[in-house]
Amino acid sequence: MTAISTSGLTKRFRGGQLAVDHIDLAVPDGSVYGFLGPNGSGKTTTIRMLLGLAFPTAGQAALLEVPMPAGATQVLHRVGSLVEGPAFYPFLTGSDNLARYDAADRTADPRTARARIEAALDRVGLLAAAKKRYRNYSLGMKQRLAIAAGLLRPRELIILDEPTNGLDPQGTREVRALIRQIAADGTTVFVSSHLLAEVEQICTHVGVMRTGKLVFQGPLPELRRTGAARVTVQTADPEAAVKVLTGLGLAEASGNDPTEASPGATPQVSALLGDASPEQVCAELVQAGIGVRGFAVTSPSLEDLFVGLTGEGFDVGG
Amino acid sequence: MSAADVAVPVGQAPHPVRSYLRFFTAELRLVFRRRRNLLLLAVTAIFPLVIGIALRLASPHPQGGNGSGVAFFNQLAGNGVFLTFIALSTLLILILPVVVAVVAGDSVAGEAGYGTLRYLLAVPAGRTRLLAIKFGVIVTFGLAATFIVSAVALVAGAALFPVGPVTLLSGTTVSLPDGLVRLLFVTLYVAAAMAALGAIGLAVSTMTEHAIGAIATVMILVVASEVVDNVPQLAAVGPYLPTHWWLSFDALLRVPVDTSTLLRGLLSFAVYTLLFCSFAWARFTSADVTS
Repeated sequence: MTAISTSGLTKRFRGGQLAVDHIDLAVPDGSVYGFLGPNGSGKTTTIRMLLGLAFPTAGQAALLEVPMPAGATQVLHRVGSLVEGPAFYPFLTGSDNLARYDAADRTADPRTARARIEAALDRVGLLAAAKKRYRNYSLGMKQRLAIAAGLLRPRELIILDEPTNGLDPQGTREVRALIRQIAADGTTVFVSSHLLAEVEQICTHVGVMRTGKLVFQGPLPELRRTGAARVTVQTADPEAAVKVLTGLGLAEASGNDPTEASPGATPQVSALLGDASPEQVCAELVQAGIGVRGFAVTSPSLEDLFVGLTGEGFDVGG
Repeated sequence: MSAADVAVPVGQAPHPVRSYLRFFTAELRLVFRRRRNLLLLAVTAIFPLVIGIALRLASPHPQGGNGSGVAFFNQLAGNGVFLTFIALSTLLILILPVVVAVVAGDSVAGEAGYGTLRYLLAVPAGRTRLLAIKFGVIVTFGLAATFIVSAVALVAGAALFPVGPVTLLSGTTVSLPDGLVRLLFVTLYVAAAMAALGAIGLAVSTMTEHAIGAIATVMILVVASEVVDNVPQLAAVGPYLPTHWWLSFDALLRVPVDTSTLLRGLLSFAVYTLLFCSFAWARFTSADVTS
């Protein structure tokens, strides 16, 4: 079963801007799915469509295999959500705000409302501040209250849009711990973020958005595998080294000569390692009579892969 | 963060009618507990009192009313019950419409402005259900405001002026209980007028996320309608204006009751309610929530 699935989901704003461009999400049941992408890449618009807040221009979406937005009233009570930051009445207390949302839920049992509200507040560590007005909450408390609203009932799926936005490092850790806990209960978690580092430790799956397109989707280890290892050789004889590496079937073998910029530096040759073993490459180089001064195999960090997928800097969807 | 160790009873889904009532009472409590709204109700309560005292001071001899020409004012000197009609017709010009416009204009736009609208819909409250409940709350609030005016005016009128059999505008005198029943119907008629205004406010409210803008728009519509209604050259459009029939409750203060005027007024309110509720529904169930 898939917790979230979309096919060709598209949203074009009235101004003509393509915010979400034919994305096919597949969020497996029980996964913690990190929905990544820079600000403006279409994450929140996608989440709004998933929750039936915005209507897609084209394509389909389904939550827990119920089509959205048509099935909104049948399925959304099984889904907890935090969309674009917390939103509550500032003049009501934390628990009154939760009671209000609970009263709006036609499937929630009013007899258990009190106990459920207290349990949700307890879960996010806000029980002591339950009777405090929302206006007087700190940013972290507001964020946690929004998560509590998502936990008012047992959920099969929790959708969290930038849950750590604006939080200090401690708050971020708390939210991460909470997500782990929710996932441990068997709830599927769909969490969006513009920071890979924030979700990397908790995710089992990732989807990466770039200017409205889903540029990668799959288990986290698979993303790691796409980061191809490179072999770098420092040698005084780069031309010969390139020849040997190419002869071994390594792709993108090329040398660079740093002596122009800094005289005395050793020229370097690098190539994609591919399936070759580094030991063999090194041995072949030595056998060919090339003086190897340095030999290294490097894999790009997840952050590098992420930046590679999403683009550097400010080239967000325009 | 301590995990909830004790299993929390989830309970069962309540009967649909019960869940509707629960949501409605929760929203009602919210509206009636908001300080701003209570202030509005307080203002509507103070006005009849002030009007009553002012009229009492202006005519110190209850039996010596010397005919100022305005229909209700002549009767007031002889009967305190008429303070209610004076208060209603005075407050209908601006105060009651403001009270209804504030609550109606804020209803959806306010939620959008706070961002709570997206959470209500994600609960899911259901778009049609939410709109129906919002309208119900607006109507109830308008009803409350109207009844406060009548009740305060009745008490003040009884305290400041003599009370007895009521001489109606047609010259007929009816018993006090008969007069009070007529007052009840007058109040309900005014509440119906306010419900129609509430529907307009609800529709405007679905079009923006700025509550103040929605409230101002409704007030501008009310004033514009009243102005147009007072231009003799535009008399042809008069009956179609939303405010035209508001003061026609004097039809109830005649023997026999001027039912044709009354029904035309109620028809106008019904049409406006239906039209603008439909507009609000069409808009609210098809628009993206972007706030």
